[in-house]
Amino acid sequence: MSHLNANVLLEEAENLYNDILPRINELKVKDRIKIPVMEMPTQEPEIRIQNLDEVAIGYTEKQAIVEANRCIQCPTQECVSDCPVGINVPVFINHIAHSNFQLAIDTIKETSLLPSICGRVCPQETQCQLHCSVGKVFKSVEKSVSIGRLERFVADWERKSGGVKIPTVKPATGKKVAVVGSGPSGLVVAADVRREGHEVTIFEAFHKLGGVMRYGIPEFRLPNDIVDEEIETLKKMGVEFKTNFVVGKTRSLMDLLEKDGYDAAFVGTGAGLPIFMGIEGENLIGVFSANEYLTRANLMRAFEKMKADTPMYRSKVVAVLGGGNVAMDASRMAKRLGAEKVYVVYRRTEKEMPARVEEVAHAKEEGIEFLFLNNAKRILGDETGHVQSMELLRYELGEPDASGRRKPIVIEGSEYILEVDTVIVAIGNGSNPLISQTTKGIAVNKWGNLIVDENQKTSIDRIYAGGDIVLGAATVILAMGEGRKAAKSINQLLANS
Amino acid sequence: MAKILHKEQLSENVVLMKLDAPLIAEERKAGQFIILQVDDDYGERIPLTIADGNKEEGTITIIFQIVGKTTDELSRMNVGEDVPVLVGPLGKPTHIENFGRVVCVGGGIGVAPLHPIAQALKQAGNEVITIIGARNKELVILEEEMKSIADEFIVCTDDGSYGRKALVTQPLKEVCEREKKPDMVIAIGPPIMMKFCAETTRPYKVFTQVSLNTIMVDGTGMCGGCRVNVGNEIKFVCVDGPEFDAHLVDFDNMIARLNSFKEIEHEKHHCYIDKLAEEKIAGGIK
Repeated sequence: MSHLNANVLLEEAENLYNDILPRINELKVKDRIKIPVMEMPTQEPEIRIQNLDEVAIGYTEKQAIVEANRCIQCPTQECVSDCPVGINVPVFINHIAHSNFQLAIDTIKETSLLPSICGRVCPQETQCQLHCSVGKVFKSVEKSVSIGRLERFVADWERKSGGVKIPTVKPATGKKVAVVGSGPSGLVVAADVRREGHEVTIFEAFHKLGGVMRYGIPEFRLPNDIVDEEIETLKKMGVEFKTNFVVGKTRSLMDLLEKDGYDAAFVGTGAGLPIFMGIEGENLIGVFSANEYLTRANLMRAFEKMKADTPMYRSKVVAVLGGGNVAMDASRMAKRLGAEKVYVVYRRTEKEMPARVEEVAHAKEEGIEFLFLNNAKRILGDETGHVQSMELLRYELGEPDASGRRKPIVIEGSEYILEVDTVIVAIGNGSNPLISQTTKGIAVNKWGNLIVDENQKTSIDRIYAGGDIVLGAATVILAMGEGRKAAKSINQLLANS
Repeated sequence: MAKILHKEQLSENVVLMKLDAPLIAEERKAGQFIILQVDDDYGERIPLTIADGNKEEGTITIIFQIVGKTTDELSRMNVGEDVPVLVGPLGKPTHIENFGRVVCVGGGIGVAPLHPIAQALKQAGNEVITIIGARNKELVILEEEMKSIADEFIVCTDDGSYGRKALVTQPLKEVCEREKKPDMVIAIGPPIMMKFCAETTRPYKVFTQVSLNTIMVDGTGMCGGCRVNVGNEIKFVCVDGPEFDAHLVDFDNMIARLNSFKEIEHEKHHCYIDKLAEEKIAGGIK
C-alpha cells in the first residue's frame, strides 16, 4: 500500500458521507459492506521525515461517521472478546455512526482508561480487528472496520471539545498505595485504585512521566501532549507523582510498605534491560541499543539538536537489527535525525515481522529499506573503533519452530559486507533486575520476570505486578489489561483489610 | 530537586558541592553514584560519584571536574539554587570487608569517590595504604581527609611540584614488591591511570578493583550505553558496577567508547562558552 494524499482521502469521504447521510437509518448490511475502508490521513512522507509531528493526522468527523457505518453490528462481536480490556466496540461504533460522539467516548471509558493512547498504539490487526465480520467477508484484516482509528477519533474529539471528564473519586479511605513506574500499567492502576478513595503515589525513576510512552515510543507515533493530558487527569484526581525516585535504590520496595506506611504496592517497572546480539564488534562506537537511541531522541529531546545537551550520534548509513515496533521506531527516528540511508535487517520475511502492519507501511513510505532473510554476523570497525561496516548472512525459511513461525536457516557461505556507520540493536529487552535484586524473597522466573498469580499478586503479600516486568516485552494495551486486574485485586485487598 | 547548601572551589577546575538530598543520604553506601541534570527539559544526564554523605543532616557531597557543558553550568550554580534533577544512589556499593592490607590509589578527581571507600575499608579494620596523585600541586584534592584515615600515605605529582615526582603506578609497584604483598588494591581515577594500575598489579597477582565512569543515560540498566567488556562478557556499569575486577576490564574499548560523542560535546561546550562571553560583553555595554 503506498501513501495516499490526505486531501484526496478527505474528498472521497465527503462524497461518501453526502451519499449515505440521507439514508443512514435505512442502510442494509450489503450497503455497509460496499462502503470502502476510510484510510488514515497522514502527513506526506517527504515532509514528515523532517519533523517529529504525528504521522497520522486522524479522521475528520465525516471520515469517522462513514467508517463507523461500515460496522454491520454483527451478533458474534469478536471485537469485544479480542480486546484485552473488553471495550464494547459495536456500541461505541454505533454511537459514532449516528454522530453521538459523547456517548461513544463514554462507552469506551466504561472499560478503557486511556483511549487516545490505545487508539494510536494498539496492534488492532491482531486484536479487535482480527476477527471482524466485515474483514472476514473480504478475507482480509485490512478490510476490517478500523476500530482503532475510530477509538482515537472519539478520544481526540473529547479532548478538543471542552476536555476530558475527571472521574469521580470516592471519599478518602485513609489507605495508601505505591505504584512503581509511570508507564501504561502504572497509570491504569493509579486511576482505578484512586477512584476507590485510596491515596496513590506513583514513583518514577526518570525526570519525566509516562514510562515507555515517553522514552520509547516517538512523538510521531504518540505525541507527548497526549501522555501529559492523561497524567494531568490523574493529578486532578489527586494522584501524587514522585519523579527521580528509583524504587529499589532511593528506597527499597519493602521500606515503602514497612516504614513509609503504604498498604500495598504495584510494580510496573517495564522490561528495560536491552539485549545485545553477542556478536563481534558490538561494543564499537556507533552501536546502540534501540533503548539508548530512542531515549536520547525522545526523553532527552536530542531531536532538537540546538536546544538539547544530550548528544545524538551523527549517522549517514544506519542498520537497525530486529523486526518489531521498536525497530520501526528506531529506523524512522534515524531517518528524521538526518540519516541518508536506513536499513532494517530482519532474519525472517515480512510476513513474520512482529511490527504493526501500519508501522511497516509508514516506514516503507519514508524510504526505509528492508533486508529480509538477513542477519548480522559481525560489525567491523576502523582503526579508531568506529563502526565502518557490517558482515551479513543470508537466510532461508525452514520448518515452523516453537513460536509457530518458520525457522530461519543460515545459507552457508552467503556472507557479504554492507557499509554502515551506525548499528541499532532492537532485538528485545530482558527484565530489569533492580526490583528483584533489592526485594528479598520476590519470586522471578528464569528470565527474571516477576511471577504473579491470577490476581497479579507476586510471591509477597501486598505486592502486585503487571506489564512488561511480568510479561516480558509486550504491548501498551496488555500492560493496561494487567494493570486493571491488579487494581481490582488491590481494591479488594484494601476493602477487606 | 536538590538545593545546593555549600559550594567550594577545590582547585581551578574542581568544585565541591553539598546537596540537600535526605533520601539519598540515608540509603547511599561507599562506591555508589548519582545522576543529575542542570535542566529538567533539555539537560543531559551525567553520573557523578557520591564523595560523602551525612544521614543526620540529610546531605550528600559531590566533587566534580569541569569537563563539559553540564559540569560547567553546574559549577556556575550558587548556594541556595536547586539542581533540578538528582537521582540515586545508583550502582552497587563497594564490597567492604577486612581484607588485611589494602592500597587505595586515587588519581586527580578520582580521589573524591575513593574517599568514602577508603573510610569504609579503614572502619572495617584494614591496614590502609593510600597513594594519591595529580598532574600538579594545584590539582591535589582531599589530601588532609585521605591522610587522616591512612596508615601510610603517599602523594605524588606528575611534575614534581608537590610530594614525589612520580605517576601513582610507581609507588604502587613498590608496595606490591614489599615482602608483605597487599591483599587488595582499589584504584580510581582517569581511565588511563586505572588501566596502568591494572597492568602494574597484574604480575603480582594482587586483586585490583576499579570504579568505572562511562557514558550513561538512565543509570538503571535501561539504555546499555555504559556497557564494557569484562572478562569477555558485556557488563553494564550502572547496574553490574561501577566496580569491576581491573584485570578483566577491556580498558582500550572503554576508553574508545568514552569518546563516542567527543566532537559534538566539544561543540556544545564551546557554543555555551561563546554564549556566556557574548552575554558578558552585552552586559558590559549596557
